[in-house]
Amino acid sequence: MASLQNKSALDVMPRDEAKIKKIWKTAGILLLLTLVEFVFAFTLPRGLILYAIFIALTIWKAKYIMMEFMHLGEEAKPLFYSIIVPLIFLVWLVIALVKEGSDIFLMRW
Amino acid sequence: MSTTATAIGVSPKRGVWGGGNEPLKASYGKLMMWFFLLSDIFTFAALLITYISLRVSFPAYGGPADAFVGSNEYWPVPELVFDAIPFFHGVHIPLAFVGLMTFILILSSVTMVLAVEAGHRNDKKDVVKWLLWTLLGGITFLSCQAWEWTHFIHGTPNGSLITYVNNFGQTVTETIFGANLSVNEYGPSNFAQLFFFITGFHGFHVTLGVFLLFLAFYQAAVGVYEQRGHYEMVEKIGLYWHFVDLVWVFVFTLFYLI
Repeated sequence: MASLQNKSALDVMPRDEAKIKKIWKTAGILLLLTLVEFVFAFTLPRGLILYAIFIALTIWKAKYIMMEFMHLGEEAKPLFYSIIVPLIFLVWLVIALVKEGSDIFLMRW
Repeated sequence: MSTTATAIGVSPKRGVWGGGNEPLKASYGKLMMWFFLLSDIFTFAALLITYISLRVSFPAYGGPADAFVGSNEYWPVPELVFDAIPFFHGVHIPLAFVGLMTFILILSSVTMVLAVEAGHRNDKKDVVKWLLWTLLGGITFLSCQAWEWTHFIHGTPNGSLITYVNNFGQTVTETIFGANLSVNEYGPSNFAQLFFFITGFHGFHVTLGVFLLFLAFYQAAVGVYEQRGHYEMVEKIGLYWHFVDLVWVFVFTLFYLI
């Protein structure tokens, strides 16, 4: 009942400047990686190498978002792996459907 | 917990089954949010991988950029399709607008993580402030997407000459402006269909996120979380919001860069 009478029952802790600085640093990295992708889109010739660079940079960004923003790295290991390991199935889906797509291409054109 | 288990004669190793444990050390709500996000990752992955699959089943446009004309014979180059920004009608500014949208969404993700951090400190004032910024970012992103869709649907002033099979099964050749689900001026009909479905499904998630953010903003502002004693709801909605950003990172690469 004390908490109902006293409006500010929760103790407000001071800002952890180091933590906040790290968040802004991660934001800077994400924006920088996007900028790099942007520059590459206009300077490098289109082709498999450029696409591989794009996908690598994207996965790199995804890692920052999941580990730094969603704090997945700080969760218990079983939870961490139960989220990350199922994603391995996607690797197979990519391989299967890219193969399928290129076979359709060969049949049609 | 294990001390109680040993007291009634269960070995510490089997104590896990005795209840009262938290092997994943996360609350029910957070766990369920994570598993929902995992299933949503699969949904988006299926859509995006379908995009890649259909894309490689069509020839790529190989000619020079300034000679590009839309045709359903080959897949268009994204920077030649998405080259408009508001207030600069008819000016070719490739990918600038979608780059701006990406920046807005990443920044709103940053303000969200700052709100979560403030929630850990029980700092109501900061939570409300950062949630409001996140809410603004989300609404701005949605507005940008509305403009982007409008432009995509209405098309360019000249359109392009497309030969296609219409709804009555007749093969027709006519000038097409903009895009709909059966024909578009930019490329194969699959291109516009995937554009509508993938960015639309993502936009639907952003819309839901904006509603959830408003809920969190309102409840934080009137002191619901303060009464409750924790700001876990902000954390859960934060997870969802970061996921929306995560998906956009992939949509941006696959749709607009490759």
